[in-house]
Amino acid sequence: MIALEARPEASRALALASPALAIVLTLLASAALIAALGRDPLSALHVYFVSPFLDGYSRAEILVKATPLALMGAGLAISFRANVWNIGAAGQYTLGALAAGAVALAAPEARSALWLAPYLAAGVAGGMLWAAAPALLRTRFGANEILVSLMLTYVAGLLLDWLVRGPWRSPLSFGFPQSRDFAEAFVLPVILDGTRLHVGAPAALLIAAALALLMARTLRGFSVRVIGASPRAGAFAGFGESGTVWFALLLSGGLAGLAGAIEVGAVIGKIQPDIGASAGFTAIIVAFLGRLNPLGAVLGALVLAVSVIGGENAQILLKLPKNVTGVFQGMLLFFLLACDVLIRWRVVWRRKGAA
Amino acid sequence: MTLESASAPPGRTGEPLLDVRGVSKRFGAVTAVDDVTFSIRAGERHALLGENGAGKSTVVKMIYGSLQPTAGGFAWRGEPVSIASPAAARAMGVGMVHQHFSVFEALTVAENVALALPREPMAALARRIREVSASYGLAIDPERSMHALSVGEKQRVEIIRCLLQQPKLLIMDEPTSVLTPQEAEALFVVLRRLSDEGCAVLYISHRLEEVRALCSAATILRRGSVVARCDPREMTARALAEAMIGAGVGAVERTPAPAPGPVRLALRGLTLPASDPFGMALRDVSLEARGGEVLAVAGVAGEGQSELFAALSGEARSAASMVEIDGRPAGALGPTARRLLGAAFAPEERNGHAAVGEMRLSENLALSHHAVAGLARGGALGRLLGGWIDWRAARAWSARVREAFDVRGGGEDPQARSLSGGNLQKFVIGREILREPGVLVVNQPTWGVDAGAAAAIRTALVRLARAGAAVVVVSQDLDEIFEIADRIAVMRRGALAPAAPTAEMTAERLGVLMGGADAAEAAA
Repeated sequence: MIALEARPEASRALALASPALAIVLTLLASAALIAALGRDPLSALHVYFVSPFLDGYSRAEILVKATPLALMGAGLAISFRANVWNIGAAGQYTLGALAAGAVALAAPEARSALWLAPYLAAGVAGGMLWAAAPALLRTRFGANEILVSLMLTYVAGLLLDWLVRGPWRSPLSFGFPQSRDFAEAFVLPVILDGTRLHVGAPAALLIAAALALLMARTLRGFSVRVIGASPRAGAFAGFGESGTVWFALLLSGGLAGLAGAIEVGAVIGKIQPDIGASAGFTAIIVAFLGRLNPLGAVLGALVLAVSVIGGENAQILLKLPKNVTGVFQGMLLFFLLACDVLIRWRVVWRRKGAA
Repeated sequence: MTLESASAPPGRTGEPLLDVRGVSKRFGAVTAVDDVTFSIRAGERHALLGENGAGKSTVVKMIYGSLQPTAGGFAWRGEPVSIASPAAARAMGVGMVHQHFSVFEALTVAENVALALPREPMAALARRIREVSASYGLAIDPERSMHALSVGEKQRVEIIRCLLQQPKLLIMDEPTSVLTPQEAEALFVVLRRLSDEGCAVLYISHRLEEVRALCSAATILRRGSVVARCDPREMTARALAEAMIGAGVGAVERTPAPAPGPVRLALRGLTLPASDPFGMALRDVSLEARGGEVLAVAGVAGEGQSELFAALSGEARSAASMVEIDGRPAGALGPTARRLLGAAFAPEERNGHAAVGEMRLSENLALSHHAVAGLARGGALGRLLGGWIDWRAARAWSARVREAFDVRGGGEDPQARSLSGGNLQKFVIGREILREPGVLVVNQPTWGVDAGAAAAIRTALVRLARAGAAVVVVSQDLDEIFEIADRIAVMRRGALAPAAPTAEMTAERLGVLMGGADAAEAAA
């Protein structure tokens, strides 16, 4: 009989090895899944996980896809560390995109790059506003932030849908639900010619590094870690729990809003029904893959970005449905959480009947 | 139950039911229970008496199969048995009503009971619950939701759940700690009736009057060993208290109390409602602790000590004037502001309250010192980030604490959880003492700590007081109180009796004050 036995001390080696083990298990399970779909598993895995690296444009695309994932993953990592479970980054991303989009659509003639400041600020504010609702409801009424933030995602999606089909629909779109194109000023500068790689990518890396510093070196970061580990010890230290809830939600919401603003500005250039908000859910996997460390989330974002690009390639080359990518991501989180059990517990064999 | 027990031998002098034979239990280096032997007869109401930490719970957990003895064993009706799990204990005929029972609030009474029993139709079970409930006067409606019940009613459900399993031995762990006096009386009627029917009752308590009224045999534990076996009905409360606490307690030498210094910590009519259903409301608590003295707050568990500690540390806020630190109103302030006024605190629970297990000692030092030791600097980052933490300074502080208080444990800066209980306790107390606070409040400073560490901690507390600080020690350990306190106040039901000099307190009077005889009568 297999049993789990508590380790005297959490294993540091396994805390780092767990993501690698989870990735290996995901690859094995994916291979089995692809074989079941009647494709050659080896060539499929090649398309998924190797082809994205084969040319310069694809390599740049990995960074483009990783940018919003890294921004959101880093924010969620801190939120989860505080034991605040913001599951609604997708909604906060949408609101960020909408708030920034409102600025962009209000200034169709904008030329100066200075316009990016209010544009990005609006994105952050939009994300924070959407995250403020679960923060207020949890700190005032004890409402569960998981449910509130998750449900607000659907509200955000419907708001987006209404705007692009109603007030914001472009007169030149032949009835398609999409806004006018943003003015030149709102498109983030490309930093590598011939690709879509924009300044958002290095900015995300800088932000993640700053957040890692915040967690390690500032009193605020310390209080987040203490309250996440033990609310009672936090109260003894004099750290207010509701302040931490607000901080965690506003920070992760603001970063999700920023990610939304950057994505519609740099990559899409307008508001349309699909603005890639589902990345808000992928970012949950990113945060866990990065061991709830903001810089780790950057690595996690790169791994997930590879699978997204690989998924697009597989759609074209192998005619595999797009949903297979989602299955991969789900399996990755599943295996990751399962492997994390090994950090605190070890597997032992016991004879049946022994106590 | 009724049919089964009717055929069981009636009366209180039945044959031996459970023999506890030389049972010991060690946790690492600590021996919690040492060679305990006693016997419970069928139909007997047997008390297991002892102070907190005497080993009562450990003994009971072994009988109920949730802990395994390190040495010794049990015999059931004369046959040696090993009790591998609570399920095995239940199968044998042992039922247990825990002090804090775990129930599913959202389910009904019948559903909660069903979870503990072999599968049977709900309607039949509800009928059986009604039968037992009517037969024992334990009024309860099986269809009601658990969350709508009072604590006393929930306890009735637990008892009914045990009775449905037709126990031969019912263990009651401090059952009256959650009951009103009227509810307790009703419970005693049920327990008497049960034992008349042949079911033995093992009654865990430190309330002497209850035990004298209810039980016909008692085993008294002290520091893990049996110190007396007696018939509590033939003993005075004084004799029981002395047996529990140990003779010669008053003979411990103490440094003479100094001339009274200024009042450094004052409580003025502190009144706070209970924050949770098992909590205790604080009722008009007044107290003055002076510089130079060690003032002990004595009392059995759960009489409001945790609530008092929270109100003193600032984890619970009151009206500003209810708490004064060095003459300044502090009731409305949080822990950090109170520390800046010169107060320091050390909670009872090491893991998860005084310290975070997965954090390093330097981080745990910052827990209570981030403001007072100037560890967080640089206002430039603004209030949002609280400043940069100087981890090098935190490590230096932590190293000083470890050196001054001989905190042993692996490595340069180990995780708190890797330290032994005694070493971690020395760290969390030493952390506060090294700051040389004007006021120190500690809750259970030597709980679960070996004798050497306990002596070191007590010495440090007295030394701090003699240097001019007011030291308030909340403790359930009477040895400790007699060893270090200059004055003693007893906490009971959320109220605090006026403090009296230790010289005027005898173990008996203290035991009676704590154990539940009328406080006014005992003080007279």
